Amino acid sequence: MKIAAIIGSRLGNNTRAVVHFAVTEMKKYDPTVEVSILDVADYELPFSDGRAFFEYEQPVKGFLETIMEADALLIGTPIFQASIPGTLKNIFDMLPVNAFEGKVASMIVTAGSPKHYLIAEQQLKPILSYMKANLAPTYVFVEEKDIVRGAIMNPDVEFRVQRLVEDTVLLVEAYQAMREKKEAAYDF
Amino acid sequence: MEKYRINEAEGMEFGLYSLGDHMANPLTGKRISQQQRINEIVEIAKFSEEAGLDIFGLGESHQKYFTTQANQVILGAIAQATNKIKISSAVTVLSVNDPIRVYEEYATLDLLSNGRAEIVAGRGSRVGAYELLGYDLKNYEELFEEKLEMLLQLNDAEPEELINWSGQFHAPLNQAEILPQPKNGHLPIWRGVGGPPGSAIKAGYQGVPMMLTTLGGPAINFKIAVDAYREALQRGGFDPQKMPIATTSLFYVADTTQKAMQEMYPFLNEGMLRIRGGGYPKQQFAQSKDTRDALMVGSPQEIIEKLLYQYELFGQQRFLAQIDFGGVPLDLIKKNIELIATEIMPTVKKYTKKEVAKRKEQN
Repeated sequence: MKIAAIIGSRLGNNTRAVVHFAVTEMKKYDPTVEVSILDVADYELPFSDGRAFFEYEQPVKGFLETIMEADALLIGTPIFQASIPGTLKNIFDMLPVNAFEGKVASMIVTAGSPKHYLIAEQQLKPILSYMKANLAPTYVFVEEKDIVRGAIMNPDVEFRVQRLVEDTVLLVEAYQAMREKKEAAYDF
Repeated sequence: MEKYRINEAEGMEFGLYSLGDHMANPLTGKRISQQQRINEIVEIAKFSEEAGLDIFGLGESHQKYFTTQANQVILGAIAQATNKIKISSAVTVLSVNDPIRVYEEYATLDLLSNGRAEIVAGRGSRVGAYELLGYDLKNYEELFEEKLEMLLQLNDAEPEELINWSGQFHAPLNQAEILPQPKNGHLPIWRGVGGPPGSAIKAGYQGVPMMLTTLGGPAINFKIAVDAYREALQRGGFDPQKMPIATTSLFYVADTTQKAMQEMYPFLNEGMLRIRGGGYPKQQFAQSKDTRDALMVGSPQEIIEKLLYQYELFGQQRFLAQIDFGGVPLDLIKKNIELIATEIMPTVKKYTKKEVAKRKEQN
């Protein structure tokens, strides 16, 4: 099973801290899972210009191909100006329609204020649904006060991330089983 | 319709088109050489004429997995190898071409073929050509609209008329004479249109016939574009009765629907993987055998039903089938053409013939 863990912002470290924690937990939960961390801070991503994702130059091409080859996406995002950052939306804009068909998508959202709790629900989920992802129903919302210098200080956040990790892996297996059952009915 | 060389008394025109894709046969993993692929395309066109098909179209895509970048050259070879079949681009990516060159080339093709050449102008659904040929994608819309206007002006002019032109993307023309001219002074020029109605509406306001691609999903979804086109024609002062519509679809026929689906799927999946980076979902493909789905896969009877259902929806004058997508080998392509010619075409034409003469008497 291949999982792409996306850190969706160049600014700030809270999202990065929680995603790295989730990746560590993922490897503990199932050591056979291959996790790739895609941190937008490590790439100079251009703005989408309409070409196909495999037509960008390396390393951008590799970044996008890692997403397209994954069975699940673990998407980490902060909330800026009451929305997801443009860096994250730009990744979606570089991918084709239906890019996430057959993939599970899970979300980790960090924010400075509890007022931002529903933003992922109202702004990120519709994008992922449009791109045909199988969404993990719950996401982990983390406030700035839960993290101190890159360390998670609230055990409740740890528990919620652990549940998200487990749900993500199990959902991939469940959807795979569902697809195999469907496809067994076809003779082409 | 005469302006576009279409006779509705003959029933719906049936043709093939190819994007000239050059992919490995997914069943063998082997890819034929570029030379073989190009020569086979000429052979397919020849075989189509022998089978009685009405038209053969060829597209250009300037990137990996494609081999007919110089589609007009190959159409020239087809013109020489055939006598009756209409030959068309499908499409000419006009945005990255010089409209004058395009007109000169297709006028030449029209003379070589004794009046059988047509142009379908499009923007291209793949963007490789823009970078390769030095065009900025930010002008994607305007490049096409301006160049199509210019091409239409060249075509609408009478044969010895001198052309004046000025625009953003071409040096101005001052009393220019464009030579050679097509056999009867004008060419059928169509606009290639994707699914959404935006481009269909532009075709309507321009008063050009529309070639609409219906790759899959419920056929009725494309009726929005057809209706919007005819409405825009009317608003633009054109008579929808005189403007033909062509539809295109991915196509595979075999003796039974089950066999057609089994044979088509690996090619369709391979092709989508190569041009879109993702395969064709099996669940979606399974639904495409439904008569109401636009993807043309099935037994001859099923395809006939699909086409007649679409004719009721769209009232189109021409259908173009894409039968070579994703590395389909020549022997299977020929089998498809045989079934089209012997079983599908005669029935479809019978039920789509318009009694043009009778209508005239009534008037």
